[in-house]
Amino acid sequence: MKTLEEINNIRETKRRELDLRVNTSADTREKHILVCHGTGCTSSKSPKILENFRKIIEEKNIENVRVIQTGCFGLCAKGPIVIIRPEDVFYAMVKPEDCEEIIEKHIQNGEIVERLLCKDIDNSVVKKLDELTFYKKQKRIALKNCGVIDPENIDEYIAFDGYKALQKVLFEMSPDDVINEVSNSGLRGRGGAGFPTGKKWSFTKMAEGDQKYVVCNADEGDPGAFMDRSILEGDPHCVVEAMMIAGYAIGANKGYIYVRAEYPIAVKRFQIAIDQARDYGILGDNIWGTEFSFDLEIRLGAGAFVCGEETALLESIEGRRGQPRLKPPFPANAGLFGKPTLINNVETYANITKIILNGAEWYSSIGTETSKGTKVFALGGNVNNIGLVEVPMGVTLREIVFDIGGGIPNGRKFKAAQTGGPSGGCITEENLDTPIDYESLKAIGSMMGSGGLIVMDDSKCMVNLAKFYLGFTYDESCGKCTPCRVGTKRLLEILERITEGKGEEGDIEKLEKLSRNIKNASVCGLGQTAPNPVESTIRFFRHEYEDHIKNKHCEAGECKALMKLFIDPEKCKGCGLCKRNCPVGCISGEPGKTHSIDTEKCIKCGTCITKCPFHAIANK
Amino acid sequence: MDNEKCDGCNSENTEMNDILNKYKQDKSNLIQILNEVQEYYGYVPEKAMLEISEYLSITMAEIYGVVTFYSRFTLKPKGKHHIAVCLGTACFVKGSEKILDRAKERLGIDIGETTKDGKFSLEATRCVGACGLAPVFTVNNEVYGKATVKMLDEVIDKCMEENE
Ligand SMILES: Cc1cc2nc3c(=O)[nH]c(=O)nc-3n(C[C@H](O)[C@H](O)[C@H](O)COP(=O)(O)O)c2cc1C
Ligand code: SF4
Ligand code: SF4
Ligand code: SF4
Ligand code: FES
Ligand code: FES
Repeated sequence: MKTLEEINNIRETKRRELDLRVNTSADTREKHILVCHGTGCTSSKSPKILENFRKIIEEKNIENVRVIQTGCFGLCAKGPIVIIRPEDVFYAMVKPEDCEEIIEKHIQNGEIVERLLCKDIDNSVVKKLDELTFYKKQKRIALKNCGVIDPENIDEYIAFDGYKALQKVLFEMSPDDVINEVSNSGLRGRGGAGFPTGKKWSFTKMAEGDQKYVVCNADEGDPGAFMDRSILEGDPHCVVEAMMIAGYAIGANKGYIYVRAEYPIAVKRFQIAIDQARDYGILGDNIWGTEFSFDLEIRLGAGAFVCGEETALLESIEGRRGQPRLKPPFPANAGLFGKPTLINNVETYANITKIILNGAEWYSSIGTETSKGTKVFALGGNVNNIGLVEVPMGVTLREIVFDIGGGIPNGRKFKAAQTGGPSGGCITEENLDTPIDYESLKAIGSMMGSGGLIVMDDSKCMVNLAKFYLGFTYDESCGKCTPCRVGTKRLLEILERITEGKGEEGDIEKLEKLSRNIKNASVCGLGQTAPNPVESTIRFFRHEYEDHIKNKHCEAGECKALMKLFIDPEKCKGCGLCKRNCPVGCISGEPGKTHSIDTEKCIKCGTCITKCPFHAIANK
Repeated sequence: MDNEKCDGCNSENTEMNDILNKYKQDKSNLIQILNEVQEYYGYVPEKAMLEISEYLSITMAEIYGVVTFYSRFTLKPKGKHHIAVCLGTACFVKGSEKILDRAKERLGIDIGETTKDGKFSLEATRCVGACGLAPVFTVNNEVYGKATVKMLDEVIDKCMEENE
């Protein structure tokens, strides 16, 4: 238990101690080695790196050096990442064996380990994190502490203004003041729909009820999106604090966060955050001697995309199958256990403390007319800098893909980008300069969604992509209503036929009609948006559908059934690389002579295409 | 039934009891308990469902309905080497389908199945959160990033050697 005064003391002393984390000219003799412990880097052995650093430091008896785990730095494709502060030197793709050299050269002799530095898009070698083009166009609000603090240490959170917004709210603001501030900031829900957050808070506050709940939606079902889990992994306390502020504003004393059990690191760190906050008396009864009490509990999901839909999520928290409820009533009036409930997304909450501390005016000065603040995207697919990025609303997709993302790898061409995951649509070259906000993305047939942003190069077949998304929504349909359950299956069947070379005249029209019907007749957002990938790929890539149906040809060469590989004798130099890499041994040829493929035995894995240094292998 | 004589159940009982006792006898805890059971046994055994049914006073049908609804819960034990290929969008775009096809071919099983000898099982997952390393597959939670068909082959070969 800590008094308010003690917490303020921690903030002051800790902040001085940690100045080197954010200030390259900090007055200190200490060095901090930050090792990324996001899911990406953890998967490539960053815990081993941390362990090695600590061991070496102990063995060599080095003073004034600390090794700290942090959340995701954003540039996951270059992980595992290690950053040394205060000088802010940034090492990429570090291996556990590299620790010794980093300690000896960098820490002990002040020399930079050049070979571990990262290259920028123009191939220049970059020493510091914020010199990278990847970071220059970003603005970190929701991710402010991500990669700066140790997420498992509440004192570090407190040092960087942690629980200061809660303090301000409890002692200086009425619940209505809080709601006004959030409303005036212009913040809109980051879970996908973009509903004004202040308005939602106000509805839930006005709802009648003896008991109210605050819920955080951390289901993040869009496959290939990892914004929310990264926030929970890198800065869990900021969500705890924001949920408490929401509780104060709407009059709730209990909160639930719904996270997937498949995100073990996020679950673990959030539980640690709850325990620490309880321990400090920040969560509990009569917080800091006020009338306000609040407690928080984690509820685990178990892998169902539909549980991201708010009413299905409530069903799941109550222990049942996650099938959506009919709306109205909305959760604001009858939500969890039938009580008025506020549901917001993780990233929505992650903006709250900053709005309270810096003011609505500051927040609304960022972004576009209708969409304020920033948006976090999980940038993935055929792009160089796969990772987590936060940009002000209004930035163009071109800036995200080509400047921040570093463009398309392997000399290929940009073909399309998908936002909004399985509910969204694709964006083509001609719309790359659209400034990103809720309205403009809708206008070009896509949507903001929760932040998944998948880039595709010209080796991707758009019919196959539509099939992939429909396979997903069909799998994830809860089965409650027929249009969605049966309709997605029918769409999938037609798409399967087309990609297998069995498409028929009239299939495109069938897809279009079926899509309209599913959208109009489905009960929840899953069914209502499931046909979007089909509609949008037909809209922008109709010729690809026609090519598959009429010519039984897949231009991108992705549809296996339509694939016929051959080696161009003009280009083949007989190097034998393809032969050595073919997993079924179906390529033959003498060294120096043209090779050939036994198409009967070929499993169409595509390995040879990517291996051939002379681009001699192609789809007929 | 005479509990004294049934050792098998008794030994399992203690583990199940440990899990159940952490939770209040409240229906809303069903999914939390199932998650722990899945974690502990690697699947949800029928016996466990029976005990949960008694503890929370809900019907087996309802529990079964919940177990089959959520993809994380499985009714069959996994193989000694559980291979999961990520079919999240980021991995799909990077060609993870080819890796999945190869796994099916090498193991002779489909998604959700276990080989007859119980050595291998195969699953398609949706994003393990390491999209920066796409395409990704995992073997018993060990993550293999920037994966290729060849890498999968080598991993399977190694597991097979281990089996012998
Ligand atoms: C099929 C479906 C899946 C959804 N998945 C998520 C999700 O994973 N995370 C999320 O925050 N919102 C998701 N939503 C949106 C939620 O229903 C809800 O609008 C949101 O959590 C509200 O929070 P916000 O106003 O802060 O965005 C989903 C909606 C649908 C229809
Ligand atoms: S639209 Fe689909 S997911 Fe939504 S309730 Fe109907 S069947 Fe279930
Ligand atoms: S596609 Fe795969 S199987 Fe076919 S020839 Fe190339 S490497 Fe061999
Ligand atoms: S890798 Fe290319 S150049 Fe070399 S043998 Fe194969 S087809 Fe010919
Ligand atoms: S997980 Fe390490 S940089 Fe993203
Ligand atoms: S999509 Fe495969 S790890 Fe995210």
